[in-house]
Amino acid sequence: MKSLLTLKKYFTRYKTTIFLGFVFIFLSNITSVFVPLFIRDGIDELRRQISKPALLKYAFLIVGVTLISGVFRFLIRQTIIVTSRKIEFDLRNDFWSHLQKLSLRYFQNTKTGDIMAHASNDINAVRNFIGPAVMYSFDTLTLFIFTLVLMFSIDVQLSLLSLIPFPILSIFVYYFGKKIHFLFTKIQEHFSILTARAQENLNGIRIIKAYVREESEINHFKKLSYDYFKKNLSKIKIDSLFHPTLFLTIGSSMIIIMWFGGLKVINNKLTLGELTAFILYMGYLIWPAIAFGWITNLTQQAAASQKRLNAIFAIEPEIKDTSLTNYEIKNIIGEIEFKNVSFRYRKNLPFVLKNINLKIPAGSTYAIIGHTGCGKTTLVNLIVRFYDVTEGELLIDGNDIKTIPLKLLREEISVVPQETFLFSDTLKNNIAYGLNNFESEEFIDEKVNEAIKIAHLTPDIESFPDGINTIIGERGITLSGGQKQRTSIARAVAKDGKILILDDCLSAVDTNTEEIILSNLKNFMAGKTSIIISHRISTIKDADQIIVLDNGMIAEQGTHEELIELNGIYTRIYQKQLLEKELEEI
Amino acid sequence: MSDFFQDDEVIGKAYDARLMKRLLKYVKPYRGYIVLAIILNILTAALEPVRPYLTKIAVDEYISIGDSSGLLQIIALILISLVLQAIIEYAMRFATQYMGQRTLLDLRIEIFTHLQKLSLKFFDKSPVGRLVTRVTNDVESLSELFSSGIVMIFSDIFIIIWIFVFMILMSFDLAIVTMSVIPVLVYATFLFRKKVRANYRDVRKHLARLNSYMQEHISGMSVVQLFNKEKVEFEKFKSINEDYRDANIKSVFYHAIFYPFVELISAIAVALIIWYGGGEVVQKNLSLGVLFAFIQYTEMFFRPVRDLAEKYNILQTGMASSERIFKLLDTKMFVNNPENPEPLKEIKGKIEFRNVWFAYNDEDYVLKDISFTINPGETVAIVGATGAGKSSIINVLLRFYDINKGEILIDDINISKVDKRELRKQIALVLQDVILFSGDIKSNISLWNEIIPFEKILEAAKIVGADKFINELPKKYDEEVKERGATLSLGQKQLISFARALAYNPKILILDEATASIDTESEKLIQKAISKLLKGRTSIVIAHRLSTIQNSDKIIVLHKGRIREMGKHYELLEKKGIYYRLYQLQYKDQEINT
Ligand SMILES: Nc1ncnc2c1ncn2[C@@H]1O[C@H](COP(=O)(O)OP(=O)(O)OP(=O)(O)O)[C@@H](O)[C@H]1O
Ligand SMILES: Nc1ncnc2c1ncn2[C@@H]1O[C@H](COP(=O)(O)OP(=O)(O)OP(=O)(O)O)[C@@H](O)[C@H]1O
Ligand SMILES: [Mg+2]
Repeated sequence: MKSLLTLKKYFTRYKTTIFLGFVFIFLSNITSVFVPLFIRDGIDELRRQISKPALLKYAFLIVGVTLISGVFRFLIRQTIIVTSRKIEFDLRNDFWSHLQKLSLRYFQNTKTGDIMAHASNDINAVRNFIGPAVMYSFDTLTLFIFTLVLMFSIDVQLSLLSLIPFPILSIFVYYFGKKIHFLFTKIQEHFSILTARAQENLNGIRIIKAYVREESEINHFKKLSYDYFKKNLSKIKIDSLFHPTLFLTIGSSMIIIMWFGGLKVINNKLTLGELTAFILYMGYLIWPAIAFGWITNLTQQAAASQKRLNAIFAIEPEIKDTSLTNYEIKNIIGEIEFKNVSFRYRKNLPFVLKNINLKIPAGSTYAIIGHTGCGKTTLVNLIVRFYDVTEGELLIDGNDIKTIPLKLLREEISVVPQETFLFSDTLKNNIAYGLNNFESEEFIDEKVNEAIKIAHLTPDIESFPDGINTIIGERGITLSGGQKQRTSIARAVAKDGKILILDDCLSAVDTNTEEIILSNLKNFMAGKTSIIISHRISTIKDADQIIVLDNGMIAEQGTHEELIELNGIYTRIYQKQLLEKELEEI
Repeated sequence: MSDFFQDDEVIGKAYDARLMKRLLKYVKPYRGYIVLAIILNILTAALEPVRPYLTKIAVDEYISIGDSSGLLQIIALILISLVLQAIIEYAMRFATQYMGQRTLLDLRIEIFTHLQKLSLKFFDKSPVGRLVTRVTNDVESLSELFSSGIVMIFSDIFIIIWIFVFMILMSFDLAIVTMSVIPVLVYATFLFRKKVRANYRDVRKHLARLNSYMQEHISGMSVVQLFNKEKVEFEKFKSINEDYRDANIKSVFYHAIFYPFVELISAIAVALIIWYGGGEVVQKNLSLGVLFAFIQYTEMFFRPVRDLAEKYNILQTGMASSERIFKLLDTKMFVNNPENPEPLKEIKGKIEFRNVWFAYNDEDYVLKDISFTINPGETVAIVGATGAGKSSIINVLLRFYDINKGEILIDDINISKVDKRELRKQIALVLQDVILFSGDIKSNISLWNEIIPFEKILEAAKIVGADKFINELPKKYDEEVKERGATLSLGQKQLISFARALAYNPKILILDEATASIDTESEKLIQKAISKLLKGRTSIVIAHRLSTIQNSDKIIVLHKGRIREMGKHYELLEKKGIYYRLYQLQYKDQEINT
């Protein structure tokens, strides 16, 4: 329950409206409880042979009072429920804005489907609390009290008798609700397993088909679905019991009223009109009784959901501006220095980078080569601050990277990630992604066109019917491997930061195209600090310095020529990439 | 770009006979339950309106004349009717929900199975998120249709009918007067429905947008952060969220008007009863008990109407969902299997393309007049500029897509004449884009195939040299793999998907830039290790590094979808064509430096 306290700040934001809503609830109920009284009077006066105009008076009173109460009902929804939608909006915005601050680690270790579940189911559960639960709790409370007061004013004894089943009803609703909530949580959990399974299956459909795993996937899914069915079944068993038991309890109240009330009428201790009013009031009480249990459940569910949300809100973004941040730093020149840097992903995992010492002067081009999994991408992830170093210091322009405002840092670094991610948008929008929206149309067009040229996308774009406005599929699915990579290069080029990082970004590109892109980039990179990661010597040989990373350590460093001389790892790689000299034989 | 993309935004009618009929087909196997439910329904529907009638008797015949034992009898009857109704209702609710869930189970499996059969052309155009929705949420919203929708609406209708019957039996005049408000009610409901329907479409549309936005941007969050676009993306998110909020607020407005309005009409009905009925009582044309019962009937009558708004939503959601589901099930984008497939047992591994033309869309040919033959056991390399159509050749060979013109033959059998699963079983493929599933390392290699023993997994991992890094992981082969293998380096992921291909022990091996992100030394080791394995097997290799392919039996040079050169390494060099130029480019570097 405590978790719901987080919502206080949202409630205070709308406190006047919510207060008004409560006032409307009060007014609406205080008027509507009079209807049965009018009916009572009408019926009782019938026995006294009243005239038609008098009847008309009661008829109008009934309609009039309902009308007034209805206006308030309208206002209640317009204040409280509308506010709940507004709070839901605020909450979802806050959720997203927080999510955007979380670091790569979180997203690497959390399933997309899980985050989605929080964003939809949990926020929804909380909204149900803010809206209906808050509204009905005050609503039922006032209605309950007013009704009781009036019932007692008619006949104390009968009121007490007819109330007997009510505590049972509330307890029953509460208990059932709890049980159902428990089963429901189980079902929800299973549902997200089912969803995740379908999602991964469809993401990997190419592999599933290539390896003819459809049958086994279907069988697996069948099993999951069947389990899901079984879980639902156990809920149905309880669920179906709920309603019948509910009205049986209510019905027993009715019977009590009919019997004792009827006897009282017979003994002239109660009028027939009063009996009618009683029965009608009973109807008024049923709802609060049900609602009481229902509200408790809604609140419980909301509390559980809010707890999950709070857990996410409580995750401190690993990477963010802190008290160390020096906002005096207004620009980046591009010198990068690793001082004794070591890094590991988690405490119990081995170090991925060990004692890295490396100084990359501003404006120079450095290349990194090394075995699969030796830590190249990790090194880059440190420079863009996806992770912070475990030990040692990483300096940009002589400032500790942690003191540089994150926004500035990322503004000045253009990265082509090893794994291409494109948005399902037009090619143009993907390439212009790094440009500020406030830039003029011409500026953007110019930048995009330049980037397309550098990334050598021109021939491909010419071959597309829609050219630069071609919409690409999810993650760029309708492009060839090389086209995707080059789009990603173009995107980084268009952004034009002081530091350029290319992580294995020509792996899916043929030599000819690679040559063209590299020579295009040469001009582009002038004056920029560049880091190029590649497995191909041809890509990196012209770099100012080449770093050979081995097992998380810098094993060799130097120019291409120097490293060849060294006769070490680099030379070995080089020789393996040599083509047999058939050219001379021809 | 795709018609499926807008589907979430299309909302049909709340009741569509065509869809309903089709839905009922799924219910057919469980029709016993339905029949039972309907019979029980009619029974309970009658039991409820009986009670005010009984109270009328109690008032008129016992209370008014002071007969308490008679009153007791009536009360006993009421109690019996209550208990009876409770029991019947339990049975009814259970039967319908059970039937509903059973049906959903069948439907869900059918959709999933159908999805497994659809061709890649379909998947190219359909965002995964939407398809997942079909299998999960859309089926789920049908569940409400089954459990609280169809049957409950039936029961409401029956109740209303019974109420009419009882009212007319008691007093025809008063019944007519009371019912005179119904046209107003019907009209109000009609108006409300119309408004809500349009609004509901908006809500769904914005929700779908919100979800697909979140899904995509959560997957691509690192790009958002790298490009410093948090602010811009937040504004985008906010505006979608805003639209969603406003659509919801609008629907609150309609509900806020509708409910009190129904309340008001019900009050008018009561007022009419008091005014007209009261007059009749005064003139002794009517008993007080009837009046009493009528007031209760009004209550009873308006409750289902009040619920109608909500049930209408359920019905509409259900119809919209089933519409989308059926549309998916009607999508027949298959790569068809022949009726009588030719057997493809122990193949030798000969592959032949004869004048193959292929386009992903209409007439934009990506492959043009491709012809070549690969003899059993040969290793053939395909080279060419990016976008030349190399991967596409593989796509059509595996029958991921059907070709437009020409023939593809395996062991001289046209591949369109064999069962495509049989065909694919002969081939193992390492894709350019690595696909890993969440699970553990070993099941990512075996793809949960029980036939592949653990030793085979180990062996395959060893051959590609993946065992080195796997053994360094805390739990080795049982180490958890995250969604898309997020915590592995790209090269490591490629090694795993390579090991997967070897573990399947195929007759034909296809490597589409399978080692593009793997370092040269490992690559050479793999080549050496698999060269033994490849003896007697056909293999197709796509690679940009010529050093990896120069020993192939045949090299195919693809340019803009056409085969421009074909032959052995030295033959192609002699030609002094495209390959020669490529070779020179790569060779030039080493010339300078050695
Ligand atoms: N699913 C698809 N739908 C539509 N067009 C596609 C699809 N896949 C590829 N294409 C287009 O077909 C052409 C050939 O693509 P293909 O993937 O065969 O090239 P590739 O030679 O393998 O290139 P790369 O070396 O870059 O991987 C490209 O222009 C690409 O944009
Ligand atoms: N998020 C992570 N959590 C845990 N371990 C990780 C994570 N990312 C990478 N690793 C591990 O750290 C090591 C270095 O990975 P990295 O991606 O830096 O390699 P790389 O040199 O870029 O390799 P490649 O050439 O394959 O791209 C690998 O062993 C990898 O499995
Ligand atoms: Mg890497």
